[in-house]
Amino acid sequence: MAEVSLHGIAKSFGATEILRDIDLSVEDGEFVVFVGPSGCGKSTLLRIIAGLETVSAGEIRIGGRRVNEMQPAERKIAMVFQSYALYPHMSVYKNMAFGLKFAKTNKAEVDRRVRQAADALKLSALLDRKPRELSGGQRQRVAIGRAIVREPSVFLFDEPLSNLDAALRVNTRLEIAKLHRDLGATMIYVTHDQVEAMTLASKIVVLNQGRIEQVGAPLELYRRPRNLFVAGFIGSPRMNFIKGQVRSATEKDAVIAFAGSEAVIEGDPGRLKSGDDVTIGFRPEHMASAGPGATVLEGRVDAVEHLGEASLVYMTLPTGEDLIVRASGEDPVKSGDRFAAHVPVSALHVFDEAGQSVRIRNEGL
Amino acid sequence: MSVNVRPSRIAVHIALILYAMLAVGPIVLILINAFKTRRAIFADPLGFPDARTFTTIGFDRVFANSDFGLYFLNSLTVTVVSLGLIVLIGAMAAWALTEYRFRGNTILSLYLAIGIMVPIRLGSVSILRMMVELDLVNTLTALILVYVAQGLPLAILILGEFIQQIPKDLRDAARCDGVSEYRIFGSIILPLIRPAIATVAVFTMVPIWNDLWFPLILAPGGGKQTVTLGVQQFIGQYVTDWNAVLASLTLAIAPVLVLYLLFSRYLVRGLTAGAVK
Repeated sequence: MAEVSLHGIAKSFGATEILRDIDLSVEDGEFVVFVGPSGCGKSTLLRIIAGLETVSAGEIRIGGRRVNEMQPAERKIAMVFQSYALYPHMSVYKNMAFGLKFAKTNKAEVDRRVRQAADALKLSALLDRKPRELSGGQRQRVAIGRAIVREPSVFLFDEPLSNLDAALRVNTRLEIAKLHRDLGATMIYVTHDQVEAMTLASKIVVLNQGRIEQVGAPLELYRRPRNLFVAGFIGSPRMNFIKGQVRSATEKDAVIAFAGSEAVIEGDPGRLKSGDDVTIGFRPEHMASAGPGATVLEGRVDAVEHLGEASLVYMTLPTGEDLIVRASGEDPVKSGDRFAAHVPVSALHVFDEAGQSVRIRNEGL
Repeated sequence: MSVNVRPSRIAVHIALILYAMLAVGPIVLILINAFKTRRAIFADPLGFPDARTFTTIGFDRVFANSDFGLYFLNSLTVTVVSLGLIVLIGAMAAWALTEYRFRGNTILSLYLAIGIMVPIRLGSVSILRMMVELDLVNTLTALILVYVAQGLPLAILILGEFIQQIPKDLRDAARCDGVSEYRIFGSIILPLIRPAIATVAVFTMVPIWNDLWFPLILAPGGGKQTVTLGVQQFIGQYVTDWNAVLASLTLAIAPVLVLYLLFSRYLVRGLTAGAVK
């Protein structure tokens, strides 16, 4: 079994702190995605798990064993790199067999594993080619094949799709998902693309400035972001944020004023008090052009992006705040128009002054 | 049909042709005069040998009057062994200096850079004294040691640059594959820097083969002379046997030429790879 657990991991390069206080456990067979903006430390964390970087503090366990002092190969991990990292002077076959040669696997077994992986990845016809004769997608499949033949207990992916074009990226994403289903191995995947994270992960870890912001299932992060950072990072286009103020807070409900309107949210406002400054968040796709019981925000349309099934309306409120609304593709709205966006109470997220989410309603998610 | 040739390109080619003639001229002069009679050498130094002037007397005399074969073997041994050591030690040192961060890394790199700037001949007296103490005078070992020291700094610089261009991911991928550091060096780094090794080989081989200075002061006798030193015996204070001098020089050029042709494909690639990137 190959669960991975990290306890109090910290990493500094000289005086620069890259990671601090990382505690995380990955169950056996889970598909965990590390996501975050560039420079948040996600790749470093992956390299720490791989054994390519040492830690400044903390303990890494894979399959219950402490692996801090172990070489990458001893940890039974395999890594797929963004640049593919294929050995340029070796054929596809040799690329895949190279690692096994040193693991004292007998020749017949090496051959069997390489051919099996090549079959699964549709590489059988390419085994004698050199990497430079392959397309980007094929190279990435070879890199994945090289990981598979080692039969590792943990697969590590470092932005494997970033160098591929859009269509190929979707295909390869599906292949990786299928691979996970077929092998049932633990996989840890790093990306800055939240769509990849949402579609692949059974668990997402959002990192920011070397800290874990939130860990959870994709929909959980989407529906209940713990703070402003996660709320803004997960979801596309990003969540709208508007400054607001608590007008009144009782045990049963809270009245919050924002953008010249008020919304009454039923439920226990918890630590919020009357007069507190808050940030209100709501997603573009949860706003409708009309609907009952909703706060109406009126403004001027700056630009409209037509996606076909929907249109993204960029508008400015009289208070000067910008909003994005995902309207129906049928909506005839154009730039310069006045536009009324309806925000249902159920779509509102409330964040306190520190940027932490405050749950008022009991949605029962 | 008109071929569009820019004037600037013509100028470049004229310059290149002139330079090539300048560089090849002396070699051609040696080659054609090596096969001429002494009289013809002085009467018409630029003329090709014809039926009347053709002779191989120079070569005959070289083989008859001297241990030319031995000198040749000495030169070959010194050059090949030095070259092998420079490439091997140089590549390993370059790999260590670029790949691993350790105490003194920068100091060591700087120290080696000084070795490129300061000519090793400045230390001739100390080197000779050292070789005398070590009892290495008139041995090929003395020459090899000096040449390895002379060639290493530049070799490490050039190979280090190339190793740095190999993506870091490749080494990491190999480490994930469970490949030992020695194997990474041998199976991945070395094959990928072959063009650089060819460049280094040519750059270090030619000065070693042609060197007269160190053979003269470190191994002038005892049957350990190199070809360049061997040629000197035909140049006397009063009489110079030009036939023999030119013949032995012709023979001395041959191996360098052959090696250059072997390496030239890589050499051009090696020289441009660094420039373009």
